[in-house]
Amino acid sequence: MSRKVLLIEDEPNITEAIRFLLTREGWNVETHAEGGNAVEAILAARPDLVILDVMLPGKSGMDVLRELREHEEMQALPVLMLTARGQSRDREMAEKAGVSRFMTKPFSNTEVLTAVRDLHAQASRT
Amino acid sequence: MATLNVLILVCLAYVVLLFGVAFAADRMAAAGRGRWLRSPRIYTLSLSIYCTAWTFYGAVGNAARSGLEFVTIYLGPTLVMISWWWGLRKLVRVGRSQRVTSIADLISSRYGKSNTLAICVTILAVLGGTPYIALQLQSITLSFSIFAEADPSGLYREGASVFWVAAGLAMFAILFGTRNLDANERHHGVVTAIALESVVKLFALLAVGIFVVWGVAGGVTPMMDRIDASAIGRWDVDTGRWITITFLSAAAFVCLPRMFQVMVVENDDEAHLRTAAWAFPLYLLLMSLFVVPIAVVGLDLLPAGSNPDLFVLTVPLSQGNDWLAMLSFIGGFSSATSMVIVTAMALSTMVSNHLVMPIWLNTRERRSSISGDVRGVVLMARRVSIAAIMALGFFYYRLSGGGAALASIGLVAFAGISQILPALVGGLFWRGATRTGALVGLSVGFSLWVYTLLLPGMGGGVMSASVIENGPFGLGWLRPQALFGLEGLDPMTHTVLWSLSLNALAFCAASLLSFPSPLERLQGAQFVNVFDHSVAPGGWTGSVAQSEDLMIMTQRILGAGPAQDFFQAEADRQGVRGRLPEPTPGFLERLERELSGSVGAATAHAMIGQIVGGSSVSVEDLLAVADESAQLLEYSSRLEAKSAELSRTARKLREANEKLTQISKQKDAFLGQVSHELRTPMTSIRAFSEIMRDTDGLSADETRRYATIIHDEALRLTRLLDDLLDLSVLENGQVNLNMGDATLRAVLDRAVATALAGVERPLRVRRSLPSERIALHTDLDRLGQVFINLISNAQKYCDAADPMLTISAYDVGGQVVIDFVDNGSGVPADAQSMVFEKFARVGFDKAGGAGLGLAICREIMQRLGGEISYLPGQGGAAFRVSLPLAHRQAAQ
Repeated sequence: MSRKVLLIEDEPNITEAIRFLLTREGWNVETHAEGGNAVEAILAARPDLVILDVMLPGKSGMDVLRELREHEEMQALPVLMLTARGQSRDREMAEKAGVSRFMTKPFSNTEVLTAVRDLHAQASRT
Repeated sequence: MATLNVLILVCLAYVVLLFGVAFAADRMAAAGRGRWLRSPRIYTLSLSIYCTAWTFYGAVGNAARSGLEFVTIYLGPTLVMISWWWGLRKLVRVGRSQRVTSIADLISSRYGKSNTLAICVTILAVLGGTPYIALQLQSITLSFSIFAEADPSGLYREGASVFWVAAGLAMFAILFGTRNLDANERHHGVVTAIALESVVKLFALLAVGIFVVWGVAGGVTPMMDRIDASAIGRWDVDTGRWITITFLSAAAFVCLPRMFQVMVVENDDEAHLRTAAWAFPLYLLLMSLFVVPIAVVGLDLLPAGSNPDLFVLTVPLSQGNDWLAMLSFIGGFSSATSMVIVTAMALSTMVSNHLVMPIWLNTRERRSSISGDVRGVVLMARRVSIAAIMALGFFYYRLSGGGAALASIGLVAFAGISQILPALVGGLFWRGATRTGALVGLSVGFSLWVYTLLLPGMGGGVMSASVIENGPFGLGWLRPQALFGLEGLDPMTHTVLWSLSLNALAFCAASLLSFPSPLERLQGAQFVNVFDHSVAPGGWTGSVAQSEDLMIMTQRILGAGPAQDFFQAEADRQGVRGRLPEPTPGFLERLERELSGSVGAATAHAMIGQIVGGSSVSVEDLLAVADESAQLLEYSSRLEAKSAELSRTARKLREANEKLTQISKQKDAFLGQVSHELRTPMTSIRAFSEIMRDTDGLSADETRRYATIIHDEALRLTRLLDDLLDLSVLENGQVNLNMGDATLRAVLDRAVATALAGVERPLRVRRSLPSERIALHTDLDRLGQVFINLISNAQKYCDAADPMLTISAYDVGGQVVIDFVDNGSGVPADAQSMVFEKFARVGFDKAGGAGLGLAICREIMQRLGGEISYLPGQGGAAFRVSLPLAHRQAAQ
């Protein structure tokens, strides 16, 4: 059974790098480059995992996460959040909003892959 | 015959009687009984302390020496009482409504509560009063000595007896004169005792007179014959002296401290003056009725050289009528003691209030704690003052040796105390009278009195004979008894004429020349128009105060609990547990003190005054209330100002804080943006470099593609760093302008070429070359940077199918304006105000910079003295750059 990840990221180069990494891991990678209708995209795609950027055009990743968690069936969905803003306040905000894992850019590829594997393993156990 | 010892016994018994009467009267007054104590008869009789031992003994002596002149002593007061009773009524009304305690207090109060004046009057009164007391002591001694001569075996020792008399009188005055503090609570005991003494002395004198006329001369007709035969009967009148002494005795009647005490301070009801207006002259008439017969018979019967001052005693004695002589002695004793007691009381009030208390208050640091202990101090000061005044009188008596004729000392004192008259009468009837006037008048009169009468009359070389003969330093016109060359006058007339006329003149002149203080002005009006302002005062005593009203007011001020406690305690004290206490004077006083702790003394007094209604609220009260309110107002306005200042400061702080918060937020946002802009390309670079490193079997195509991404992102990073540095330099003003000259056309040519070099998407640029022939003197590279930025933006963001940029230049009133307008859809209206902010990217295009370009353009144009702005409503995106041309002119 194929695993599906939805990558929400507005930087095309970063999108391409992550797509390359996860495809090789056996993930089915879908992408979305905008915050405004990101929640709808997640609800429609029903992924096993979401990778979410914070600074998105239209709506910030924080707001997207908060709205997502309001949907009951989305509360357990693993969400890995990436940010380039590097401020500690963002981590607190993200944890409050219900993030599963929070990472600061630039990241190492191994880090991302480990995080994705962990999150998926946790989600599969429960 | 043990006459002298009997006399001493009778004397002691009489004194005991006086103590008893005074004590009983005090008790009755305190219990609220004894209406007769406050009757007009008692008042009239108490006025007769005017008749001292000097009048009792001295009138006969005066008649024997100078004939009918003694009448003037009675004539003055009689005239005052009959023809000037309305003036006295005004004096009494003022004294009561202002609650004055002495004549010094009255003068001081009239002239704006001047303590200087009070001190002057006090000193004058003590100077005039001391010899007068000595005179009384002397009369007692002399009369004792008459009996001692007749009875050498008696117990009498002159020096000791005078001391004990003085001590006894001091004790009496202290006991009955300083029991209460408030001058409004009158000394009923003392006044009643004085009234009794008045009856005794009148009775004694009448008895001697009747004895002389019917017992010695044998009836009225033989008596008249004897008088006609003697020198006294001759109408030999020195008119000047008559007028002078009549006037003097009239003035003294009003001004003497002891007269003021009984007439004004001890007055219960000003209606009593109506009775006194006829009854007191009648009393004086009776006192003077037998003076001439006694003098004539005394001259006839007694050996030549006998002291005529003692005829009242010696005539009965010579006829063997010891009991009558004893009665006469008691009469004289009465005259002396009553005068001494009242004088001591009146003077001690002045001394303690105007000399001792101000000094005591000044030496104490905490003035605010004026409470119960002050009463103790005042009473003690009064008692000590009484003792001191008596001691002064005693020592004066011992030192003077008692040589001079009794009457002359009395007249000297009269002349001294009369110096108060101009200030007193002027103060009552003339609103223009001022404190300065009163001070100057008093000083002039007082100095002249000392110089022309007191010193020359003292004898014993106090003033040398040569000064009296030739004047000081031989200045004839300064001779004390012939001042300014006025010779041939009797010394007394001379003094009175000069001192009082110059006193009055100085008083008027200084008053006209000086300006009264507000308080003086108000007090003046209060005094002069006293009948318009005040109801006939009933005083705190015997008032119709409503206890309920007092209770309500007290509750309002102190609160219900404390007020009830206070009233209950008072009711217990009065023995009426469970009811409201009676508004006794003592209670009102305590209440006033209690209230003044809360609302201030003046307000408390005014409030109780309103309810009790007895004593009108004085100007001083109102002024004090106004003062207190003014202080409160000032305090509250100060508070208001303070609070306004505080709120201003708080607002400034809030504004500063907001600004700081805003700046801090901007900084955070900026740092967040910078971090984002740096980390984003970094992320791509790291990710792809790791992919290339870690992945085996990447195709050559993939490798090239990923390397290109790494390269592009590295370039993007470099651009961002360049821009950030540039902006930082521009913002911090560390930029050096590299001025140069060129035409606008040349600058634009270069900019278009640079901006469009190697771009994939073509942009047509339309220019009107002739209008670009404008010479510029500016930093050409910086200006070019702005142009490149604008052209690049158009190239990147213009969304038209056939993108075109129109550049047009104008020379408008001293500045060159260059517009850059493209044919795209332009910047959305809500974003137009943001385009020049840092990181304000419009659109999502990643190909461009970090969003710092236009921010840098704005900084550059500011440096160059120009401006860059967005032009709305031009169809596409439109920017206007304007630059002053002053540089061009300077260059040409």
